[in-house]
Amino acid sequence: MIEKEQIRSFIFKNFMFNDNSRVLKDNESFLNSGIIDSTGVLELVSFVEETFNIQVNDDELIPENLDSVIQLVQFIQNKKK
Amino acid sequence: MSFDAKQVADELAAWTRNQIIHTLKKRGAVIGISGGIDSSVVAAICVRAIGAERVTGIAMPEKDSSPESLKMARELADKLNIEMVVEDMTTGLEGMGAYRRRDEAVKKVFPEYQPGWDFKITLQSNPLLGDSLNIFRGTVADKKGLVLQKRLPLKEYLQIVAASNMKQRLRMTMLYYHAELRNYVVAGTGNKNEHELGFFVKYGDGGSDLGPILHLYKTNIFQLAEELDIPRDIISRPPTTDTYPGEVTQEEFFYRLPFATLDSIWEAFEDGISVQHIAQNLNLKQEQVQRVITDISQKKQNTEYLRLPPLRVR
Repeated sequence: MIEKEQIRSFIFKNFMFNDNSRVLKDNESFLNSGIIDSTGVLELVSFVEETFNIQVNDDELIPENLDSVIQLVQFIQNKKK
Repeated sequence: MSFDAKQVADELAAWTRNQIIHTLKKRGAVIGISGGIDSSVVAAICVRAIGAERVTGIAMPEKDSSPESLKMARELADKLNIEMVVEDMTTGLEGMGAYRRRDEAVKKVFPEYQPGWDFKITLQSNPLLGDSLNIFRGTVADKKGLVLQKRLPLKEYLQIVAASNMKQRLRMTMLYYHAELRNYVVAGTGNKNEHELGFFVKYGDGGSDLGPILHLYKTNIFQLAEELDIPRDIISRPPTTDTYPGEVTQEEFFYRLPFATLDSIWEAFEDGISVQHIAQNLNLKQEQVQRVITDISQKKQNTEYLRLPPLRVR
């Protein structure tokens, strides 16, 4: 799954500074684990819009869509349908 | 919430007096008086602590400030019988490019935007209504009623905030000028909501020598204001940021809930009361209470760096 690897790579590089000591689970909440804060959400949304060429609407800015690798992958795939 | 305002006011006055005289070893206090309830309460506590003759209120309007703010600051100074100094910050902020840098970013988001229009940023989420993320929206409005709203992209959001924060940081500089001039302390006006949820500017309004109300919920501040006989106009005025050219309440900008609801949930949660009981007591659904608690936790976690002093090697 290309989306999943691109997302993992972005999170790992941008928010975790390639910290190999930290394991990022696909279902781990970005917000609850402190990986991403509210400014980080804006970075994430910009990344998703630019990389996958989709527009994230305001009513889609909910944790259910954006708060873990798995949720993001599902959200992007649904948007591309 | 049980809160004995008279007892707390007396305790805070004694604490403030002790800190100024014995810990900080200064001769009085300056307070940035904004015409809002927090700074009014702190000024009144300082007067009770050390006497009106040792307290100076500094009003620091700039071109985006509501004229009401200065009027109410004057009303407070007259009521407390304290010295008041007015320092217009506009020229200093222009020199630093605060308005230019902010407007440049606003114009990238809203090409129609012209200086003189209202502009404000607000959070769009409300944890009582559903799961959401704390994302800021920008709103611009001309004088004829045209209103435009958009989500702020990262780069422009950061520039708007960084430029706007110059206001609080320049005010802090001015407060310390007046404090050092008189050998006084700077008394901070932040409350628990602002401090713990991160609604302040580090080394801006967060920069002070002591914080007499840092541990108190906003609802407690309203109770203290009654006890301290703060002018009615100030108590009944909705708390605003008074930072952007468009009027924006603190509830719209950041908290997203009425203070009474936010503080009741927060205090009950800190007292170890279950979500189920909190929901019952406040006539809310459990999931609503849980979302508010999660929002509080995430705001605290996201803003921890604001409360940290410079980190040092140990």
